[in-house]
Amino acid sequence: MRPPEGIFYIHPLTLLFMIWNPSKECMNADKKRKLQSARLRKLVERTYHNTPFYRNRLQERNILPDDIRSIDDIVRLPFTTKDHLRDNYPYGLFAAPMTEIVRLHASSGTTGQPTVVGYTRKDLGIWTEMMARCLTAYGAGKKDIFSVAYGYGLFTGGLGLHYGVEHIGATVVPMSSGNTPKQIRLMHDFGVTALACTPSYALYLAEAMKEQVPRRNGRPLRLGIFGAEPWSENMRRDIEEKLGIDAFNIYGLSEIMGPGVSHECACKDGSHIIDDHFYAEIIDPQTLEPLPYGEQGELILTTLTKDGLPLIRYRTKDLCSLHPEPCACGRTSLRMSRIVGRSDDMLIIRGVNVFPSQIESVILEIPGLEPHYQIVVNRAENLDTLEVKVEVHEDRYSDEINRMVALREEVKARLQSVLGIAASVKIAEPFTIPRSEGKAQRVIDNRKTNM
Amino acid sequence: MARILGDNGINMQAFSLAENADFGILRMIVSDVDRAVHVLREARFGVTTADVVRITCPDTPGALADILENLAAHDVFIEYMYAFSRNNHAHIIIRPSHIDRCIEVLGAAT
Repeated sequence: MRPPEGIFYIHPLTLLFMIWNPSKECMNADKKRKLQSARLRKLVERTYHNTPFYRNRLQERNILPDDIRSIDDIVRLPFTTKDHLRDNYPYGLFAAPMTEIVRLHASSGTTGQPTVVGYTRKDLGIWTEMMARCLTAYGAGKKDIFSVAYGYGLFTGGLGLHYGVEHIGATVVPMSSGNTPKQIRLMHDFGVTALACTPSYALYLAEAMKEQVPRRNGRPLRLGIFGAEPWSENMRRDIEEKLGIDAFNIYGLSEIMGPGVSHECACKDGSHIIDDHFYAEIIDPQTLEPLPYGEQGELILTTLTKDGLPLIRYRTKDLCSLHPEPCACGRTSLRMSRIVGRSDDMLIIRGVNVFPSQIESVILEIPGLEPHYQIVVNRAENLDTLEVKVEVHEDRYSDEINRMVALREEVKARLQSVLGIAASVKIAEPFTIPRSEGKAQRVIDNRKTNM
Repeated sequence: MARILGDNGINMQAFSLAENADFGILRMIVSDVDRAVHVLREARFGVTTADVVRITCPDTPGALADILENLAAHDVFIEYMYAFSRNNHAHIIIRPSHIDRCIEVLGAAT
C-alpha cells in the first residue's frame, strides 16, 4: 500500500543507516526523473530570461526553453566552462539581481582573476540541507563536536561545513586552517569528536598529535570528513589507523555550490551525488560526447535548483566514472567513483586549486623576469610545498644582494596574493630552466601518485 | 669561471664573493672588462657591470679609518667594499651610495 502523502516513507534500512531526507535520498528512479525534468525546465526558463549569456547561447542554437521537455534533452544544451565565468567576471553569469545575492565566495581562476560565485538566501538554505545529508550519511549527529579546519573566508570549505554542522545540531568549533599546536590543544580540551580538513592535513595532524597528545584510553575523536583534494584508499587506511577514526570523503566545487555535491555513506563504495539538486553526466574530454555509466571521463554537473548562479552542464575537468546501481544504504542517487585525475593542468596544493597559468601571469607581469619558469611540487611530512623557479633578465641583475633578495620577495608576495598560498621562489642560474620546443614541461609534481 | 677567464687571457685583480642561502654574487675587478663580460655571457653566466671606486692608501693602521670617516662626514654611504694590499699599499674597492659625490669628496681630500 502506498504511504499517504506528507509522511516520510521510512525505508527499512534507515534503521541501520542514518538518512537525513529519506523521501529525497531514497526516491525511486521514475519519480526522480520526473523531478529532475521539472527542475531542468525551470532552470532553462530562469537562465533564458535572467542571464543574457545563456539566452545568447541557446538562441545561437535555436533552442527555446519549451524545447527542453525532459532531463534527456539536457544533451542538447551547450557546456559551460571556467573560461565563461572568467570572461563574465564578476557577476555576468548570475541569474538573480545583486539585491538578492546574500553571499559571495571566490575560488582560483585560471589567471590572476578569481572565479566568483553568488548565493541567494534560498541557495544557502539548499546548501545547508545538502551538508546535513552528507553529515548524517557519515553518522554525525547532535552529540558530535566538530572541528572545522578547512579555511574560512572566500573558500567555500570552512563556511560550508560550518552551517551544515550547526544545522544537524552538532557543535561547531570554527578553527579554520593553520596553527597546528592550537588545533591539537583545543581538539583535546574541547573533546572534539569529528574533524573536517584536507586528508593530507589529517595525516600531518596525526604526526603532530603523537607528541602533544599521547593516546591513552583512546580519544573522543571518532570521525573525519576529508576532501578538497584527491586521496586514495591507502591514504584512508593510513588516516583511520593513525587517528583511530572513521574517515569519509566529501566532494564539491564552489562553482556548483561548495562541499556537499557528493558524499560517501557507511558503505564507502563511491560517493552519492545529491542528484535531485545536481545532475551528473560523464563525457569524453576530447570529443565532448556523452559516455555511458561505468566509463571513466570528465564529470559534467548541472545545478537544478540554484537561483544565484545556476550552471548548465559545467565542465568540472575532474575525471571519474558514474554508477547507477543501488547502494546497500538505501539511497538511490547516482554514485561517482573517486576522482582519478584532471582533464586540465590544474594542481591541488594543500587543498587549494592552483593553475600553472596563474603563476605564469605573475611572472610575465614582473619586470626583469624571463618568461621561463618551472613549478616544483613536493610533499614533505604530509604537507605539500610549492617552489617556483624563475630566471632573471640581465637588466635586473645587481651587484647588491638586497636588490636580488627584494626581487625574490616581490615574486613571492605576488604569488601569495594571486594563489592564496605561499610559494618559495628560487632564482635559477641563467639558462638552467629547460626550454623545449612544443609544450614546455613546466610542472614537476614529485608527490607520489596517490591513486 | 676562473678557467674560462684564464683560457681567455683575462686576469682577475681582486674579487669578493657574497652569498646567502639561495645564491651568490661574485664581484670582481678584471684586466679587460669588455672581454670578460663577453666570454662569461657566452658561457651563460649572469653578468652585469657596475662602477666602483678604487682607493689607494698606505698599508698602515688607521689609514682606512681616516678615509671612511671623511666619507661618512660627507654623507657618502658604502653599499659594499673589499680590499687587498700589495707592495706597502692598500687598495680598497668601494661601491658608494653616490659615486659622483664620493669622487668629489676623495678628490678634495688629497
